[in-house]
Amino acid sequence: MISMIQYSDITSLIHQTLSASLSPVATQITEIILSALLAFIVMIVCVIIMVYMERKVAGFMQMRLGPNRVGPFGTFQVFADVLKLLLKESFTPNSADKFMFNLAPCIVLMVTLMALAPISWGPGLVMWDSNIGILFITAITSLSVIGILMAGWSSNNKYSLLGAMRSGAQIVSYELSAGLAIVTAVILSGTISSVGMVESQADGWWILKGHIPAMIAFLTYVISSTAECNRAPFDLAEAESELTAGYHTEYSGMKFGIFYLNEYINMGVVSIVASTLFLGGWMPLHLPFNNEYIQLFNHLMDFIPSWIWLFGKMFMIIFFMMWFRWTLPRLRIDQLLKLEWKYLLPINICNLILATAISIFGWHL
Amino acid sequence: MKALYRYIKEIIQAFTSLIGGLMLTLKFFLTPWKSIITEQYPENRKTTINIPERFAGELTLPHDENNEHKCTACTLCEHACPNGSIEIFQKTIETEDGKKKKNLDRWVYHLDMCTFCGQCVDACPSDAISMKNNFELSVFDRSTLIRQLNRPGSKLKENNKPIKTMLAS
Repeated sequence: MISMIQYSDITSLIHQTLSASLSPVATQITEIILSALLAFIVMIVCVIIMVYMERKVAGFMQMRLGPNRVGPFGTFQVFADVLKLLLKESFTPNSADKFMFNLAPCIVLMVTLMALAPISWGPGLVMWDSNIGILFITAITSLSVIGILMAGWSSNNKYSLLGAMRSGAQIVSYELSAGLAIVTAVILSGTISSVGMVESQADGWWILKGHIPAMIAFLTYVISSTAECNRAPFDLAEAESELTAGYHTEYSGMKFGIFYLNEYINMGVVSIVASTLFLGGWMPLHLPFNNEYIQLFNHLMDFIPSWIWLFGKMFMIIFFMMWFRWTLPRLRIDQLLKLEWKYLLPINICNLILATAISIFGWHL
Repeated sequence: MKALYRYIKEIIQAFTSLIGGLMLTLKFFLTPWKSIITEQYPENRKTTINIPERFAGELTLPHDENNEHKCTACTLCEHACPNGSIEIFQKTIETEDGKKKKNLDRWVYHLDMCTFCGQCVDACPSDAISMKNNFELSVFDRSTLIRQLNRPGSKLKENNKPIKTMLAS
């Protein structure tokens, strides 16, 4: 990597200054809190950009202008909406299970934020350098269905319960093909550590090196993660026209705001995971050839900072998800399950076998 | 074998049709200056706004350059109005040859009750009233919506044959 200051220099500087004045345990705790806070702030900034982007993309794709009244080009619309949500009453229905009702948004948000822990943000910049990072992410993201079911059940409302049940069926089934797509990338790279995954793509991204299986896996991962995020065309859990708002029908004010925030953070997490697995995370675009000019190109790509690569890829995948949302109509529940069990899963299994063959015979570049 | 062929064909067809749809929205997204059809209303009220001539907005009683209108105060419009937003006050004047004649005193239009159905315009036998395409009718004070349409000192236009009698003759 070519850059003046390395991320590891900054982290070691912080570590030295903290350990000079604090005991080792206090240093550890402070560092954990600082890194968690930093990751949270980064995700919040991304969410602000995403919400604005979503509305503008939606507007342009539907031949509208999108928000353009609050601030220049409507940039302050997000802040106005958040202010409105903060000022509204966080109402709890009388017949709801109050403890569970208030716990559900916290669980949903907590689960999504936990998935940020093993993500490799840059060279030497990782909160929890675990050797099972990818496995941890897949395990944690499937927990969010508990929060959604909890919200639906405790609302004591038939629409909420129906939405939550649908969401459960959907997340549980799409978890399979998302998992198989992840396994394809794991087979190709031979590691389930997120740092190792990124480093295995130093001479080229898996989508370029892994031929057709990597492309199919990337496509199925994007489709099934869109479904896991409960986004249109798979937004059966919300289904405004049938279930008013699905599992968050009874939520208002900032409790609804947390669900909304969670949806976008989840999108961010899924996009970062997709870019880590197939597009090389923070790794610049390197082509796997030994040509002189291609080496020069690879060297030039190193001059672009790694955070631009990571967030560029992340927002590209987010743009794909928004593009799907504002183009395709919502699926029916039977069509949704048919798509998963009759199409995505068989394709993924065949793809997995193909990827295994490629990996065993060393055909990838 | 045939089932497998159909299965693969279905997948390929699904992908091509989905890509067709996605490309259409991408075209809209990438060429916003061509595709966006939103009218930016308060900014465009002097420029691109286009309200058709026949749009039924505010009701008017046109006067010509001699401050003469065509209303004979027959009150047919008042009777035709479904929600009573027209009130016509007549006055009796004496013409030069000593005849007594009913004439228009005040033509009161309650804009706050009007639904712009246009039945008064249809009912008018002498084409005295018409609807303008003015649609920006909101005011801060409700009482300003009650308007007198005939201008002060205006007279009935002489030799104004009602159009329906002209057609009958």
